[in-house]
Amino acid sequence: MIIETVTSQLLELFPEYAQATEHVVEIVALEEQPSPEAKKGKKEQLVTRQNGLKNCSYDACGYHLDLQLSTGQLLAATALLFKNGFFLETITGVDWIKEKQLEAVYDFSRYDFDLCRVVVRTRVPRENPAIPTITGIYSGASWHERETHDFFGIKFQGHPHLIPLLLPEDADFHPLLKDFKA
Amino acid sequence: MTEPIVLQPDETFVLNVGPQHPATHGVLRVKMTMDGEYIYNAETVIGYIHRMHEKMAENRTYSQYLPNLSRLDYLSAMAYSHGYVLAVEKAAAIEVPERAEYIRAITVELNRISSHLVWFGAFVLDLGGFSPLMYAFDDREQILDLLEGITGSRLTYCYFRFGGIYNDIDEDFIQGTRQFIKRMRKALKMYRKLVTTNIILIKRLKGIAPVSVDMCQRYGATGPVARGSGINYDVRKNEPYSVYSDFDFDVPVFTECDAYARYNVRMEEMEQSLRIIEQGLDKLPDGPVNPEKKPKAIKLPPGDYYSTVEAGRGSFGIRIVSDGDKNPYRLKLRTPTFSNMHLFDEACRGMLIADALAFMGSLDLVIPEMDR
Amino acid sequence: MTLTFLNIFIAVVIAIAFVAANAAYLVWCERKGAGFIQRRPGPTENGLWGLLQPPVDGIKLMTKQLMIPGGVDKIVFIIAPVLAMFPTIISFVTIPFSDQIVAHNMNIGLLMIFVFGSMSAMALLMAGWSSRNKFAMISSVRAVSQAVAYEIPMLVTTITVVMIAGSMDLMEIVHKQGGGFWHWNIWPLQNGLFNVLMPFSFLIFFICSLAETNRAPFDLGEAESELVAGYHTEYSSMGFGLFFMGEYANIVIGACLTTILFLGGWDCPFGLFPGVWWFLLKIYFLIFTFIWIRWTFPRTTIYSLLNLSWKVLIPISLFNLLLTAGLLKVF
Repeated sequence: MIIETVTSQLLELFPEYAQATEHVVEIVALEEQPSPEAKKGKKEQLVTRQNGLKNCSYDACGYHLDLQLSTGQLLAATALLFKNGFFLETITGVDWIKEKQLEAVYDFSRYDFDLCRVVVRTRVPRENPAIPTITGIYSGASWHERETHDFFGIKFQGHPHLIPLLLPEDADFHPLLKDFKA
Repeated sequence: MTEPIVLQPDETFVLNVGPQHPATHGVLRVKMTMDGEYIYNAETVIGYIHRMHEKMAENRTYSQYLPNLSRLDYLSAMAYSHGYVLAVEKAAAIEVPERAEYIRAITVELNRISSHLVWFGAFVLDLGGFSPLMYAFDDREQILDLLEGITGSRLTYCYFRFGGIYNDIDEDFIQGTRQFIKRMRKALKMYRKLVTTNIILIKRLKGIAPVSVDMCQRYGATGPVARGSGINYDVRKNEPYSVYSDFDFDVPVFTECDAYARYNVRMEEMEQSLRIIEQGLDKLPDGPVNPEKKPKAIKLPPGDYYSTVEAGRGSFGIRIVSDGDKNPYRLKLRTPTFSNMHLFDEACRGMLIADALAFMGSLDLVIPEMDR
Repeated sequence: MTLTFLNIFIAVVIAIAFVAANAAYLVWCERKGAGFIQRRPGPTENGLWGLLQPPVDGIKLMTKQLMIPGGVDKIVFIIAPVLAMFPTIISFVTIPFSDQIVAHNMNIGLLMIFVFGSMSAMALLMAGWSSRNKFAMISSVRAVSQAVAYEIPMLVTTITVVMIAGSMDLMEIVHKQGGGFWHWNIWPLQNGLFNVLMPFSFLIFFICSLAETNRAPFDLGEAESELVAGYHTEYSSMGFGLFFMGEYANIVIGACLTTILFLGGWDCPFGLFPGVWWFLLKIYFLIFTFIWIRWTFPRTTIYSLLNLSWKVLIPISLFNLLLTAGLLKVF
């Protein structure tokens, strides 16, 4: 099964994540001031995930493997997935403003009936978001990265043509950032 | 025509195809660097009707976002709504009555046929044949009338609700659909005689615009584009959702990788969709179409959800990142045309302009869906 | 002498009227024909069955502003549409509609029609070149290569017919085919010769006249889904109108020539009541075929078009020429 193959290959590549797969611990990073829902007396806690490989339930969340890694490891993981016949579904970003982080999410899937959806995510600080481009491996990442750059301002280093795609060519704003005001 | 052409990079001119051009089916622009009639290089410029649907999702509730989905792809709006409601239902663990799922599948497949009919007409129009468009629109009109009868709208349907559908179908719809299936089977036979086997069409499409399996993988092409390249990938079969596992249908796959293969995939798909609709009507269970307890305000548990459906043009994915609030924290729409169109730049190099525009037509573009 | 000039002048006026009326009402016919083929009514709003549509369209075209975009070659830009229209009108002067109805019969009538006919390619080139628009330029280059490629087989087939008739006089050519449809040039057997290639000659001539008039499936010059509107992209008002009328006038010329050369002109298929009505019947049947083809087939590409001409039509027509010459020599 491809899930096991990919898991073992990924762990071979990043042995430090072997621990993480065994015990997925979500640690509380920092306490925040009460959110609007604090009226109910609840205290919101911010949960930041640590880098690591998670086996997920496909029925619950729609993918099998969830790999969070550091930006430096992205290219190696992507190349591994490419070699295993995965195609790139999409790239997107998430603005975790409370953690002051931006997350880039890469979705991979396969064409054959050996179903395996892999999510690769990497987090970068909000002030200087820079992620290496994967256009060298997946040519189709080019537009997805440009779009993510449009919306979040994540700079994909080494991208051959990082100009606005969906936004106007002189756009200097990033509308999907949570602090964006139109 | 297929001999390799050595293009001269220093003897080129730039041809601006679009944003208003008859072959781009909307506002799409391709900056083509041409060497005579051959394309030396092409750069696609999109985003002319970008509406930031993803930001809209962040400042409205899950239910309020429902109508937005049908504005993505105005030709197969049902499939997009379907993807969204399935994603939310999966995350919120909402049970859907079986009858509702059957009706969803029937309407989605009807919508798929109407979408493919528009493509069929527009594609042959791209090749210079005008009449099939009128025939296709005539058939499509029947579908629109049927769907209008149950949903109230003709194009941008908002028929699905979380946990069910807006209202039940009636006997008129069932009878009308059965009649339509008969009519459409006849029409498809005629299309095959009139268009598919036409010598000029075959000459225009056979061997034109090859898209290799490798290119599909690198660009993430899905749907008929991938199936025309011999990739047996259909979300309805690979990851059966809704009630598609109950239906007996084939996924047409052609290995020629050319424009004619993509053409044939879509023509075959219409027939398979008819089969699905027929089985759906036969098997349609009785019962309610909405759950007993209608979910009011939907809040998804915090987390990250991904869901895919097979839309008219390929796999439509939706990623919802929830923080437990009543609005999505982040909602990403993975639209198939976006990936399918991207490979145009690379694939059209060295092609004649006429072939490139036939290629563009064979990708079945819907620009609002690409620009979102 | 004055009388001759007066005659020609009147003839030209009548020809212009005929061409204009034909061009206008062929558009109507085309739209109705397209409607019939596409299961829709076609124009219905203006007048009975939309019969007033052409004059209304004409008024619309004439009242629009003639835009001359900046940077165009003005003189050439203005001459081009005139040049598209004028040669076709001249060609009508020598076409015999019946035994009596001919404006000015010439013993080199066929040659004259070809001389003027080849000028329309010039008009397309001028229009496309002067427009300063890349689509128009590509289109004009296409139109010229197409015109050159299809003029050759057309001329070669015509020479075959001329050899059989022994004359370039259109009247003479029709007279030679008189006396029933089995005498027509379309059949292998005429004038005591048995030439199996004659039906193919007819086909070649018909295909060439489709291509020469830039009609679908050979409408590569206009190719609206590729080149927007081709050579007349930048034309508005009557500039466009003249191209439009020129196209339809060319269709009529093509149909007339095909009728005269291959279908026996005004001759009745059964030898009864020969007259102008048979001629009109034949040309309108051919025009209907033009319309029928246009609304049925997709467009070819420029390379398959050129291949068809250079690799198929020209060899066949040349061989036919040789065969005919040989047969004429032997018998």
